Amino acid sequence: MPDLVDELKFRDPVRARALSEALAREVDAAGRTITLMHVCGSHEQAIARFGLRATFPRRLDIIMGPGCPVCVTDTPEVDEAVALALQGATVCTYGDMLRLPGTRRSLADAQGEGAKVEVVYGVSQAVDLARSRPGEQVVFFASGFETTAVATAAVLLSGVPENFSVLSAHKYVPAAMDLVSTLPETNVEGFIAAGHAAIITGWGIFEPFAARTRTPVVVAGFEPLDVLAAVLELVRLVRAGRPEVVNCYPRCVSREGNRPAQEKLWKVFDVVGGNWRGIAAVPRGNLELRPEWDSVNARRRFTIDTAAVGGASHNLLAEHCICGRIMSGLAKPSDCTLFGGECRPESPVGACMVSSEGSCKIWHVYGGPPDLSEVA
Amino acid sequence: MKPDDRIGMKHGAGGRAMRSLIEEVFLGLASPVDGIGLAALDDGAAIRVGDRWLILTTDSHVVHPIFFPGGDIGRLAVSGTVNDLAMMGATEPLGLTCAVILEEGFPRDELIRIRDSMRDASREADAPIVTGDTKVMGHGEVDGIVINTAGVGLCDRVVTDAGLRPGDRILITGTVGDHGMAVMVKRHALGIEGNLRSDVAPLNGLIRAALAAGGDDVVAMKDPTRGGLASVLHEMAGKAGVGVLLDERAVPVNPEVRAAGDLLGIDPLVVANEGKAVIGVRPGAVDRVLAALRGHPLGRRAALVGTAIGDRPGQVILDTGLGKRLLAEPDGEPLPRIC
Repeated sequence: MPDLVDELKFRDPVRARALSEALAREVDAAGRTITLMHVCGSHEQAIARFGLRATFPRRLDIIMGPGCPVCVTDTPEVDEAVALALQGATVCTYGDMLRLPGTRRSLADAQGEGAKVEVVYGVSQAVDLARSRPGEQVVFFASGFETTAVATAAVLLSGVPENFSVLSAHKYVPAAMDLVSTLPETNVEGFIAAGHAAIITGWGIFEPFAARTRTPVVVAGFEPLDVLAAVLELVRLVRAGRPEVVNCYPRCVSREGNRPAQEKLWKVFDVVGGNWRGIAAVPRGNLELRPEWDSVNARRRFTIDTAAVGGASHNLLAEHCICGRIMSGLAKPSDCTLFGGECRPESPVGACMVSSEGSCKIWHVYGGPPDLSEVA
Repeated sequence: MKPDDRIGMKHGAGGRAMRSLIEEVFLGLASPVDGIGLAALDDGAAIRVGDRWLILTTDSHVVHPIFFPGGDIGRLAVSGTVNDLAMMGATEPLGLTCAVILEEGFPRDELIRIRDSMRDASREADAPIVTGDTKVMGHGEVDGIVINTAGVGLCDRVVTDAGLRPGDRILITGTVGDHGMAVMVKRHALGIEGNLRSDVAPLNGLIRAALAAGGDDVVAMKDPTRGGLASVLHEMAGKAGVGVLLDERAVPVNPEVRAAGDLLGIDPLVVANEGKAVIGVRPGAVDRVLAALRGHPLGRRAALVGTAIGDRPGQVILDTGLGKRLLAEPDGEPLPRIC
């Protein structure tokens, strides 16, 4: 039987080689190091999983910015979820969120102490759980960018049982790029924007950013050829000094995006400021339920006693963690003294090693520092 | 890194954590033996008996759910032990044991189904179940059913999992990831079962064919159960002091498994198999052994997937066709990801 996935043209090694060669020529012609940033764990996964870094020109630096919504979920947000769980609520969340460190406990730790914490694969599964357990208060600890926030919004709009509520840790993608462009230490010359979020928001949303920061943006998909083509296009824009937005994912992304999804999103959520773990206070960084949804907003509905789970952290290793610098694109996972040693997926110190969208976890899962140039 | 105070699920997941636990705790039980003992951490033990080898192995089986597409815990319990014997070179099991621990309240009709499935697998493998033991524990003291099987067999030549040397070729007897993906999708009720089916099967007939074709040129064997192909290749590379160059595009993966893996963010290379073997052969024997494998119903999709190299001992380098990277040794049970 032919393997259908292998026939996908977006993984064609011959076309990949042609793109890599064109990229090498462009970077060569630039005669200097060019630094680009993507802001999405799925892009880092594609780069790492397919071994693309080993093929990039030496003078092309592609770094991952704050593109992992789980990683930037802040300690007090985790504390809220932990407190709710310890207060007796059933807290449902994505598997990635389970081991995210709170001040003193992660949700996994709370689970170990007997709290009811359930891993779900989507918000609707959490709603089903609430329906099947009418006697319990079920709180969905919601995480993700616009892509998953739309799912949360759609479920709320379609009606949820009385014992269901949402603790939102949803993050807003455009904020991630705004944040990096304001950091004084960065020298990022172009951004690769996440294709799946752009399916919802449309690529037009990046135009004000490109104009304001004089930085080109390319919207990219997640197959190897998508990434290579987008990188090539971005290097060309950088070289030409053209701060434009180019859509390299036209098979999925339009200028306007998915209007019905946007309507759902903004009916339920509002953009608010908030702290991103290890980075900074980010204006317009978080998505919070609008006031008219107070009845399903766990923050409004319950008194959350975070003082009970707060206090001083016990983790001395955390002082050495450089997740904040990594997420700001100022350091690489391999620059961290804890990476792969004290900090591993089964015993993560920092948030970037917890989530499968985190750059440390991705580097670790896909084999560590990708220096295979000498292997035949 | 300091060891954990308490045992976690990762300590049973077949990866690095489990290997550390075994090395730090159970190796303390190892004692000298004429042959291959506990210290080798192979699929089983080999004890010299006259001029032949007695192969002995044991395995406890727990699986959720106990009935899954393509098999059940009974077929798993028989196949697992038959396969561990076969991986050492004993392809004609003399006898198996069957010890069952049941939870109070376990349905009798399910037990009968499991019994029938064990009987069928034992006939398929020509591996008689010759003795057993039954225990019942209170409600909540054990989760449903646990089955332990042990097996013995004789062979003239032992094949270890440590026999690779640079230049040797690495074969896989068929598609990877089928068992773990089928069980995972059913366990987490992901609703994408489709055609996902476990590959659980006794492999002794297939291995007999490979050994008959390859003879002494079959130098290493291991079944890629928990931790999948990635874990087993690390183990084989580490024990032999070689590196492994794995050609990702040559590894057979069913489209359903690949699609489910893409959806869940789980690489089929780290997903468990229960009816596959990784076989290291000298370069001259590749065609012979592959032909023999492909001539057997369980080996139709056997493929040459890698080469042992002198560089980077203990590491596995994955050639994706688009670039190269190191393949990490899995750390624990793979979990589906967000978005």
